Amino acid sequence: MSAFAAMLRRELRLSLRGGGDVLTLVLFFIIVGAIVPFAVGPDRTLLAAIAPGIVWIAAFLAMLLGLERLFRPDHEDGALVLLRQAELPLSAIVAAKLIVHWLVSAVPLLLATPVLAVLLAMDLDSFGRTMISLALGTPALAAFGAIGAAVTVSIRRGGLIAPILIAPLSIPVLIFGVGSITSPQSSAATLFLAALSLMALALAPFAAALAISSAED
Amino acid sequence: MTADTEPKLNWWNRLANPGQFVAWTTPLLWPLTILTAVLFVLGLWFAFFNSPADYQMGDTVRIMYVHVPNAWLSQFVYATMSVSALGTLVWRHPMADVSMKAAAPLGALFTALALFTGALWGRPTWGTFWEWDGRMTSTLVLLLIYLGLVALWRAFDDQLRAARIIAVFTLVGAINIPIIKFSVDWWSTLHQPASVFRPDGPRMPGSILVPLFVMFFAFTFLFLTLHLKAMHTEVKRRRVMTLKRRLAQGGSA
Repeated sequence: MSAFAAMLRRELRLSLRGGGDVLTLVLFFIIVGAIVPFAVGPDRTLLAAIAPGIVWIAAFLAMLLGLERLFRPDHEDGALVLLRQAELPLSAIVAAKLIVHWLVSAVPLLLATPVLAVLLAMDLDSFGRTMISLALGTPALAAFGAIGAAVTVSIRRGGLIAPILIAPLSIPVLIFGVGSITSPQSSAATLFLAALSLMALALAPFAAALAISSAED
Repeated sequence: MTADTEPKLNWWNRLANPGQFVAWTTPLLWPLTILTAVLFVLGLWFAFFNSPADYQMGDTVRIMYVHVPNAWLSQFVYATMSVSALGTLVWRHPMADVSMKAAAPLGALFTALALFTGALWGRPTWGTFWEWDGRMTSTLVLLLIYLGLVALWRAFDDQLRAARIIAVFTLVGAINIPIIKFSVDWWSTLHQPASVFRPDGPRMPGSILVPLFVMFFAFTFLFLTLHLKAMHTEVKRRRVMTLKRRLAQGGSA
């Protein structure tokens, strides 16, 4: 088994067996989406109009919530220092962590989106586009999140500052994500969203690895 | 032959010593301050007394002489920070850290001023303080990134270790800023496109262009002066921190 595959297996096991983290994230995602109708009123046409934005905000917040467990546990128990000594480059290790992070924090959100679609009175067409745009856009959110988590890993209360750093970077993802659901030129926005995700995924492992190796010096 | 074994100290390496840096650049401070003051006096005189009011906007056009230089600096300061970040990551130049740290609050200030003067100018001419337009939104995001960087610097205890980490984030931001700008231009509506630096020449009469350029240089030199002084302050702050730490450890300072 290659080192990369071993890393993937380790991360996947740790996050699936580490208590109800996945379930908590999904619950948070649904609760954020379900709170909005209480704040803006249960008008079905209004809800249907703003539903894509609500789903994206809920996904963005839920992905922020899951960032803490990306590097911090490994930093605290010293595993990150050992992983730096591995033959596998640190950027590949970060890439493995990023893939698993997406699998355990974005895919459950995708599976839970139908619930929000019903609650927010989405029609079938925009529900389909929401699924596609979430699937294409969440990798970029995860990648920017990984950079933010790596930069703040050695700060004791980094969980507070990471969202402040990540939010401005994530604005294009939200613009193109919601644009690919609602805007008239939605196919262009969808392509931009996919391009953004590819670029962020290509960049993030190296940037995050650089930040981690500077922090562990 | 002894000369070969000695470390070669060119001016670049000498500048890496914070004490030498302060000693070398202190004589620059007063001339820079005086130059800035003269440019401001000249520019403000031009702006208030020796430039015409716009035939549509009236006297509010004079806000431009403050707004445009601040908007230019909001981007120039980020470029300064990015170059310093490269200096930190590639050459590990100690003064690059200090330059990066000193520039962040200044950048936030100039960006906030650009937004503030823009809002003051937008109210009489566009009828609104704020609009979610491409230019304004991307400037707001830039302000948030500056403030995030300031918060990040404050969160680290060890400033020397912080520098490399923050340099990584500064460069990630530098790659992202064009994307943000480009994405928010998608909803572009209100703000005019570039009208000074255009391939077919500026689209303004000279009577407005001259005070604009004077103010442009005045603000740029203001940044250079403040940046240099902030770097000196940061060097001294680190010196004080080191002395305090030594004192706390019981050694002689």
